[in-house]
Amino acid sequence: METIENLKNEVKENSGVKTSGSLAVIDALLSEKVATIFGYPGGAIMPIYDALYDYQNNLNHILVRHEQGAIHAAQGYARVSGKTGVVFATSGPGATNLVTGLADAMIDSTPLVCITGQVFAHLLGTDAFQETDIINITTPITKWNYQITDATEIPEILAKAFFIAKTGRPGPVLIDITKNAQLQIFDYKGYRPCIHVRSYRAEPIIRNEYIEKAASLINQAKKPFVIFGQGVLLGNAEKELIEFIEKGGFPTAWTILGMSAIPTDHPLGVGMLGMHGNYAPNFLTNECDVLIAIGMRFDDRVTGRLDKYAKQAKIIHLDIDPSEIDKNVPVTVPVWGNCKQTIPLLTALIEEKKHPEWFNEFEIRKDKEFNTLINKELYPSEGELTMGEVLQVLNELTNGDAVIVTDVGQHQMVACRYAKQNNSRSNITSGGLGTMGYALPAAIGAKFGAPEKQVVAIMGDGGAQMNIQEFGTIMQYNPNVKILILNNRFLGMVRQWQELFHEKRYSFTDIQSPDFVQVAKGYGIDGKQISKREELRSSLKQMLDHSSSFVLEVAVAQEDNVFPMVPQGKGVAEIVLTKEEI
Amino acid sequence: MKQEFTLTIYTENQVGLINKIAILFSRRKISLESLNTSPSEIENIYRFTIVVKETEVVVKNLVRQLEKIVDVFKVFYNTNEEIIWQQIALYKLATDVIMKEVKVERLLREYGANAVVIRNDYTVFEVTGQDNEINNLLKELDQYGLIEFVKSSRIAIIKSSDGIHQQVLDMEKNDPTKLPINNEFLNLKSMIFEM
Repeated sequence: METIENLKNEVKENSGVKTSGSLAVIDALLSEKVATIFGYPGGAIMPIYDALYDYQNNLNHILVRHEQGAIHAAQGYARVSGKTGVVFATSGPGATNLVTGLADAMIDSTPLVCITGQVFAHLLGTDAFQETDIINITTPITKWNYQITDATEIPEILAKAFFIAKTGRPGPVLIDITKNAQLQIFDYKGYRPCIHVRSYRAEPIIRNEYIEKAASLINQAKKPFVIFGQGVLLGNAEKELIEFIEKGGFPTAWTILGMSAIPTDHPLGVGMLGMHGNYAPNFLTNECDVLIAIGMRFDDRVTGRLDKYAKQAKIIHLDIDPSEIDKNVPVTVPVWGNCKQTIPLLTALIEEKKHPEWFNEFEIRKDKEFNTLINKELYPSEGELTMGEVLQVLNELTNGDAVIVTDVGQHQMVACRYAKQNNSRSNITSGGLGTMGYALPAAIGAKFGAPEKQVVAIMGDGGAQMNIQEFGTIMQYNPNVKILILNNRFLGMVRQWQELFHEKRYSFTDIQSPDFVQVAKGYGIDGKQISKREELRSSLKQMLDHSSSFVLEVAVAQEDNVFPMVPQGKGVAEIVLTKEEI
Repeated sequence: MKQEFTLTIYTENQVGLINKIAILFSRRKISLESLNTSPSEIENIYRFTIVVKETEVVVKNLVRQLEKIVDVFKVFYNTNEEIIWQQIALYKLATDVIMKEVKVERLLREYGANAVVIRNDYTVFEVTGQDNEINNLLKELDQYGLIEFVKSSRIAIIKSSDGIHQQVLDMEKNDPTKLPINNEFLNLKSMIFEM
């Protein structure tokens, strides 16, 4: 078998070299500096796996236990590192198992390149074994997808895939390669990265007149308010954002996906937006006079009822994706472009200011939230353990330097409300799609993406069972992730809604769980179960200090609710702190 | 208010693109009144003409989503006043009816119908025009035992457009900083901008 090195030399010397499609795939990955692949082999992708066999030292392939695990791991890897995640899966069920992850990556703008095997081209459309029309299945949930039936297309299409996945507003790309194309020997002329696709505009042009208009609005504002989302992280514009808010003295709130772009204890940070976000930023959205939205998309969980959302405010919207402007909320001044570039342009034009009286409005409501509920949740002295206090002790032990990967549900809201985060890209969660079973594989991927960091996966007893097979991946590769299961013996978030809006009719939310520690033990992972307050700190410390992966299952109060809450169909200013107010 | 909009979509010639376009409509439960694909004035660039009945807000959002498709160059949306549009229809009638009924002959002349095929048993006429003309003739001929009828989708030329020649040339230039933008919308924003 030829090696990539002499393959490159031959390509240089001659006009081309006889190569298999599969080897061209491997060469493309190496040329794109891909270090890690998450995948699962099968019939239709075997030639690619055969080529991979010779490059195991160059490409770290992680064999997962289910393709959904592969794609969530790639998402965790991409989110924590900013690199493009790469996934291999076979045709048919292998490919369809990627669907949830693709939809998740699409809605959360995560750059992925997924390579799926496909049956021989001559079998397409014949209902062949493990044939599925994955291109049409994944069209609405990929940024771009393409089926390769001829090996000569491989270098160009893969280059295009990596370019499209990563540029502009990132997203998942799926490339389906038929088995004949993988096996085909063709005249390979080397790999050239793509830098331009003629019908694709990665970033809109920045228009100075709108920057100027935005700046003049900001300079006249008495109560400016900055809300930002993941666009800041995706644009690597954390520094630019901090300079901007510090110069203007703006109170600043984040969406769940924007979290960690500024340290959670930044003096201008006023907390998280959204249905279960903080009280002050939600309430005061409807008091500000200029709302500066950066790299966020006015999701319905952020806006609540649209006709009661920030109606009094002039809205400035900075976004890289033109289709986000006016999609949900009509905007006064759109600032299209990459916020890495647009924020500094805006910073240069705004006046240095402080808004002490306006900021005080946030402080008043922050105190109200603290006294009404945060204090009780974080520092209870009696009763069952709360999710909040587990997070509080975790914060004290990690000091905010851990990457927190959460699943979906009550624990997710609690973790994102209370986790202390000092560093960018520390919050990995399924925001848009709300995929249960995300945390365990995403944490595995995150650890491969940031091996130097402490990675803590927090999940509920429901989500923990949804991709529990990935314990097998941990067993095989020992990525040293810490698994914190907050077990309330319920599908808690659904139960909460049943309590609040369905007269406590707990319809099928009383889920039973296995002994998670015993299950982990079967996979060779150490663990511990606790339910008492006195054990909490020492057990969390034991988990964090453990030399390899560790499962800590904490029994928490069964029927705690997450508050505050913007009830569905209500405006953000109608946020409530207790269930009595609903 | 819902009204007819004609969308003109310039795309790469790519297998499966019609699906990528169509699902953006079906996802929003918008039915296509008419859909036509054809080559454009530029080699290898295709032109979709789609007619929908929707509000302008919905159409504007849809246009932005369409432009996000990687293989789509540019999308225009226009009201009926802003375009010149035509459809073609074929009508099959029994030849002896045409021979017998003087009214039919007059009708056909009135609508500018051309005979495409004349046989002993039947005759096929072709009419080019707008929806209402074609439908009116259909109603009229229905009384005379119309055997078969078919109508094409709408094709349209935008009155104010200069085509996208220049734009495509610009987009082909490998210079991302010089990419053209058509932010008609941005220009409108100056009108609502006030503190």
